[in-house]
Amino acid sequence: MSTFLQQLVNGVTWGSVYALIALGYTMVYGILRLINFAHGDIYMLGAFMGLYASRWFHAAENPSPVKALLVLLTSMLLSALIGMLIERLAYKPVRKSPRLSALITAIGVSLLLENGGVLVFGADPKFFPQLIPQKTIALLPGVTVSNQQLIVLVVSIVLMFALRMFVLHTRTGKAMQAVSHNHMAASLMGISVDRIITITFMIGSALAAAAGVLVALQSPKIEPYMGIMPGLKAFVAAVLGGIGNIPGAVVGGLVMGIAEVMVTGYLSPTYRDAIAFVLLIVILLVRPAGIFGKAVTEKV
Amino acid sequence: MKLRQWLAPVAALALVVVALAGCGGKGGSGGGANEIVVGVYGSMTGNDATFGQSTKGGVEVALADLVEQAGGKIGGLPVRLVVEDDQGKAEEAATAAQKLINQDQVVALLGEVASSRSLAAAPICQAAGVPMISPSSTNPKVTQVGDRIFRMCFLDDFQGLTMARFAVQNLGLKRVAILKDVKSDYSVGLAQYFTDEFVKLGGTVVVEQAYTAGDQDFSAQLTAIKSKSPDAIFIPGYYTEVGLIARTARQQGITVPLLGGDGWESEKLIEIGQDAINGAYYSNHWALDMPDTNLQAFLTKYHAKYNSDPDAIGGLAYDAARVLFAAMEKMATEEPAVFAGLGSAKAGTPERKAALDRLRDLIAATQNYAGVTGSITLDANRNASKPAVVIEIKGGKKVYNTTIHP
Repeated sequence: MSTFLQQLVNGVTWGSVYALIALGYTMVYGILRLINFAHGDIYMLGAFMGLYASRWFHAAENPSPVKALLVLLTSMLLSALIGMLIERLAYKPVRKSPRLSALITAIGVSLLLENGGVLVFGADPKFFPQLIPQKTIALLPGVTVSNQQLIVLVVSIVLMFALRMFVLHTRTGKAMQAVSHNHMAASLMGISVDRIITITFMIGSALAAAAGVLVALQSPKIEPYMGIMPGLKAFVAAVLGGIGNIPGAVVGGLVMGIAEVMVTGYLSPTYRDAIAFVLLIVILLVRPAGIFGKAVTEKV
Repeated sequence: MKLRQWLAPVAALALVVVALAGCGGKGGSGGGANEIVVGVYGSMTGNDATFGQSTKGGVEVALADLVEQAGGKIGGLPVRLVVEDDQGKAEEAATAAQKLINQDQVVALLGEVASSRSLAAAPICQAAGVPMISPSSTNPKVTQVGDRIFRMCFLDDFQGLTMARFAVQNLGLKRVAILKDVKSDYSVGLAQYFTDEFVKLGGTVVVEQAYTAGDQDFSAQLTAIKSKSPDAIFIPGYYTEVGLIARTARQQGITVPLLGGDGWESEKLIEIGQDAINGAYYSNHWALDMPDTNLQAFLTKYHAKYNSDPDAIGGLAYDAARVLFAAMEKMATEEPAVFAGLGSAKAGTPERKAALDRLRDLIAATQNYAGVTGSITLDANRNASKPAVVIEIKGGKKVYNTTIHP
């Protein structure tokens, strides 16, 4: 039993990372109907921005929670700016084109970021400094959680909660909802659609960057291709929860994380990557709109 | 309009000149000067980049020795190294070997460290008749590819035996868990050899778990291992993942010792693993604090050149290059006519083929060569039979623990 609970703890921690990345996918899809394949690479850039930020703040020499928070915020801010640049330079020019053009552009941006990363950061893995010394906390007999795992979990929950508050209770958040329903109607109501889209990209990128820093905190090896697999899996998580739906992305991420850990722990680690795509196939067959999604009939 | 009329021929002429200059330049470095070209390939970048960089470092120190002793020449011909990066990928290792053999016309290849990559390049060397000396691939299959493939280190069956004996006889362990990289020939082989000997000595492998190189999260495997409460965990992987695994293990409250093989040999192991890797043991080719005169002399030279300590991978690469140079020197003094075939001027001729055949025989005849990683004698299967050293990691330092003889 304690083993099962421990696996559940592992799964929830890992799943919360997927949830953070999945939020960015879902928000962009909700507003633009675009699957931003470069999103996983923003997660990678976030981890690297965190690495550079921790060098600027000399965070590794005498680690403190304040410095760790500074590193996290700097990385989120820089990645938000990169997200904005990508949106302005790559996606905006093709917004009026067929949806396929935008999708192909997204794949192009993803390849650009990965190989640009190899060029700038180098192909060999870098080691993320220890910002917070590791401690183990016993939850129950036989079930432990590390302070780093707890930080991942707490920061993820705080960010998800903040996002929900923002979307439901602020003017910009309400404008985002309006844009996601109908661009034309929203702009007739006096909402600057371009501005909302840019903000959406910035928030999504900041969340992905947070996920990157949080993963690097726990598992301190970062490299330019680290975003590919988590990006794909977070995309599956977003589809699982119902793409375009914010609570759906969180639930989808957690389900993915738990499923992966359980498969690795009880079946075989070779099925770890397979389970994500098995889940995708099952959800597309059984409930194509996702767990929380509403089936929409397209009018012809 | 007029300008354009005379511009076109000038531009064309410029192109021709550039093209000719290009040819001339290439001829100058390749065919012009007669020299001996030796290829080095390895993971200069990628997941286990220190392996390739250490290999290159060791070979360069060997060349520096040659420059100091003989002006960098063997039999009157200067020796030149060509280094190729395989990015830590087996398919790129095959491409690197192809390029070195077909384009650079090398007389021998030095590399790789990872067995999967040596196994990808070895058939190409064997088919081309070019000798390949792997400094540090320990999987038995590597030299089984053919009679042109050599190695400077012990094999995984012996390495597995070493750690199994050490676990039972020195640490008194009975129940061990294994966590291996399922996609690596090295890791799977070493896990098997360890299990064979460990069971023979009366131990039990309580659980076997797996991961894949590049994974970031190992918590599920370690929770499964923890539930079987083993006395130790044997992790026959490479240093990057081992460091992460060690951290996760401590995070999960697993305090038993971690055991491993020579894939752990890198400075980065301690950088990633930090405190979590303390108290771990692994089998290796040498320990820096061994009182061996050859080893200590090499350390001084390496330190002078790179201002850092070499790892065993660098030492084995140094030995591999020295064994190759020694074979070529022997050939130059005893059979100068055949030796001439190794010069770059003879690339692609029957003389080159005869010289490569002879070079192979001379490398195979290496006996009692005093290397920095111990005395090297190549057996009938072109493997070096050497003792293994067990290293303990104590307070962030690698400390010699014991030597286990074959």
